[in-house]
Amino acid sequence: MSASRYWRTVRLGLKSLALHKLRSGLTVLGIVFGVCSVIAMLSIGEGASWEAQEQIKALGSTNIIVDSVQPPENQSASAERSRVVDYGLRYKDAERIQETIPEVSVVIPVRQIEKDLWHLQRRSRGVVKGTLPYYFGLGRFELQEGRYLTDTDVETHANVGVLGSAAARDLFPFENPIGKLIRVGTDPFRVVGVLREKAAASAKDTGSEIIEETGYDFYIPLPTAQDWFGELIVKVSSGSRDMERVELHRLQIQIEGDHENLEAAVDRTASALRTMLERHHPDVDYRITVPLELLRSARATKRIFNIVLGSIAGISLLVGGIGIMNIMLASVTERTREIGVRRALGAKRKHVISQFLIETVVLSVGGGLLGIVLGIIIPQLVTAFSDMKTIITPFSLILSFGISGLVGVLFGIYPAWRAANMDPIEALRHE
Amino acid sequence: MRSEILTATSRDTQSTPQPIVQIEHLQKHYQMGDTIVRALEDISFTMLTGEFWSIMGPSGSGKSTLLNLLGCLDQPTDGLYRLGGIDVSEMDDDELSEIRNERIGFIFQSFNLIQQLTVLENIEVPLFYMGWDPTDSRDRAQELAEKVGLGDRAGHRPRELSGGQQQRVAIARAMANDPLILLADEPTGNLDSKTEAEILAMLQELNEQGKTVIVVTHELKVAEIANWNLSMRDGLIDAVRGPEDSDRSRWQG
Ligand SMILES: Nc1ncnc2c1ncn2[C@@H]1O[C@H](COP(=O)(O)OP(=O)(O)OP(=O)(O)O)[C@@H](O)[C@H]1O
Ligand SMILES: [Mg+2]
Repeated sequence: MSASRYWRTVRLGLKSLALHKLRSGLTVLGIVFGVCSVIAMLSIGEGASWEAQEQIKALGSTNIIVDSVQPPENQSASAERSRVVDYGLRYKDAERIQETIPEVSVVIPVRQIEKDLWHLQRRSRGVVKGTLPYYFGLGRFELQEGRYLTDTDVETHANVGVLGSAAARDLFPFENPIGKLIRVGTDPFRVVGVLREKAAASAKDTGSEIIEETGYDFYIPLPTAQDWFGELIVKVSSGSRDMERVELHRLQIQIEGDHENLEAAVDRTASALRTMLERHHPDVDYRITVPLELLRSARATKRIFNIVLGSIAGISLLVGGIGIMNIMLASVTERTREIGVRRALGAKRKHVISQFLIETVVLSVGGGLLGIVLGIIIPQLVTAFSDMKTIITPFSLILSFGISGLVGVLFGIYPAWRAANMDPIEALRHE
Repeated sequence: MRSEILTATSRDTQSTPQPIVQIEHLQKHYQMGDTIVRALEDISFTMLTGEFWSIMGPSGSGKSTLLNLLGCLDQPTDGLYRLGGIDVSEMDDDELSEIRNERIGFIFQSFNLIQQLTVLENIEVPLFYMGWDPTDSRDRAQELAEKVGLGDRAGHRPRELSGGQQQRVAIARAMANDPLILLADEPTGNLDSKTEAEILAMLQELNEQGKTVIVVTHELKVAEIANWNLSMRDGLIDAVRGPEDSDRSRWQG
């Protein structure tokens, strides 16, 4: 058949469907909702997994992060009025890791103290982090103004620091913070740099509970932190005074290796690290986070999610297809006379087949197109009303459109076959 | 396409009549469980171009069965059927469809127009299956609609037309492929006597223009118009009446 004959058959199909507008419309709804839900769900899933992966990537996939955590038995200890809890990573751990695990390029220690930041009468929540200049070399930060910490700052135990964007906004709403003095509790520090706000800066949704940049951080040289804040941290909680002695809150371990071997190097380092820490910290007062592993499991989750979505979509399209087949069978019976007349006037079986097949495809593809339109609109609404990220991939559009066409062909074959195999004389006699 | 139709038209206007329907010992049996229904026992006759035949007989005598065979809608159980010199009694479904498409025009008792199509589109149906170009077929359909007096109703749907008008559309549709034979099974069975006369006049006019017409009927009026009359009884030819000067050897009961 030539293109123009196909087109005429499509128009004929539309006319025949228009004969029962309500019925055709209701039948098509099955496909509309099927296709629309495939696209909408895939776009929500895609958006969620994109966000998760971005957040994990922000941690750096060539890193391993070890955090100090209070071991469980200490937390549940009897409610003494005042006590000192001693746990966590040591300076010794940092040295040991650096020296014994071959593929580790840098170990960056971090000490962390939660203290309010002051500038004149302005106050901001603050997380003071004592660390080394390497910390800024991980590619996770961007400077708004000024500079990062330097080796000289570390050697001289300088009272300087780099301020997070949110704290900078709170403390210096109208002025440039660079060179200004701020107070941490009562101790004065000079601001030498301000960080830029990053879009996917928080890791709160990844479920990994990693201490992460919140914008309220104030980065100072590690030796300075030791000088000023010691190792004892006083925590006041529900009337009791808890003292914590923690040497280091975090070790950020950078792994080196060329691109292909990097993943394997990360895996090797992670297992070496686990063995080492198990031996030296029987209390398990640490937690290891391997962003690469998180990334892998996020991808695996996405795969499962896609399979589940695919099955749901498949079932709904199957139901839609059965609905279409049902209506087409009814239509074939109703139009038995028409089929008889067409056969008498010279239609071959293949003409009848293509007429009914094309009619079914018109129905299902029409539903598919409508579903695509809805499937594009709904994620936009979801994003507008819930700030959930959604991503519509061309793949999902092509997939659902293809499936709707396929449903038409598959579920159209039997009714069309029934129509084509009617005896013309019987068909003409049909009441 | 057009030139074929022109030559086809010229075959109707040949001066000497040619055999167009040749039937020899035609049989049609239906197997109904254990019993065999002999709808047609043994029929032989020849029809020539330009003749107007009526087929009459009591109900169940096999008139429709015969007409369906003549229209290539069915295959005989036994016997020979030559249409326009071609033996069609052994053809398969696709070949029969082509023969119906190119050589036969059907008119039905209940008009059988396609409801979702307009008058013009109904007339175009046979042309579509012949593979005509859309513009040519639209022109031809318009021309035919005008010939049957429905040029102004071209865009109407069948249910907006009276029974007589619908049957005129059906005649136009039957003529679209310029058929060798025009077959009608009780074409006026659903019409009042005034409309019946109109339709019969139209068939007569087509016959006078050279078209071979075969009509199954219960109406004596139709038999009066026809120049040949074939009566059937129990699947056999009961009698054939033709013009005075006709050659009686052309049929056997
Ligand atoms: N498909 C069929 N299966 C079985 N028997 C059939 C079939 N078609 C026709 N017959 C039988 O063949 C015989 C002739 O039927 P046909 O329809 O040709 O009669 P008819 O002369 O057209 O009658 P009417 O004037 O009532 O239309 C009848 O006995 C009928 O029952
Ligand atoms: Mg009959």
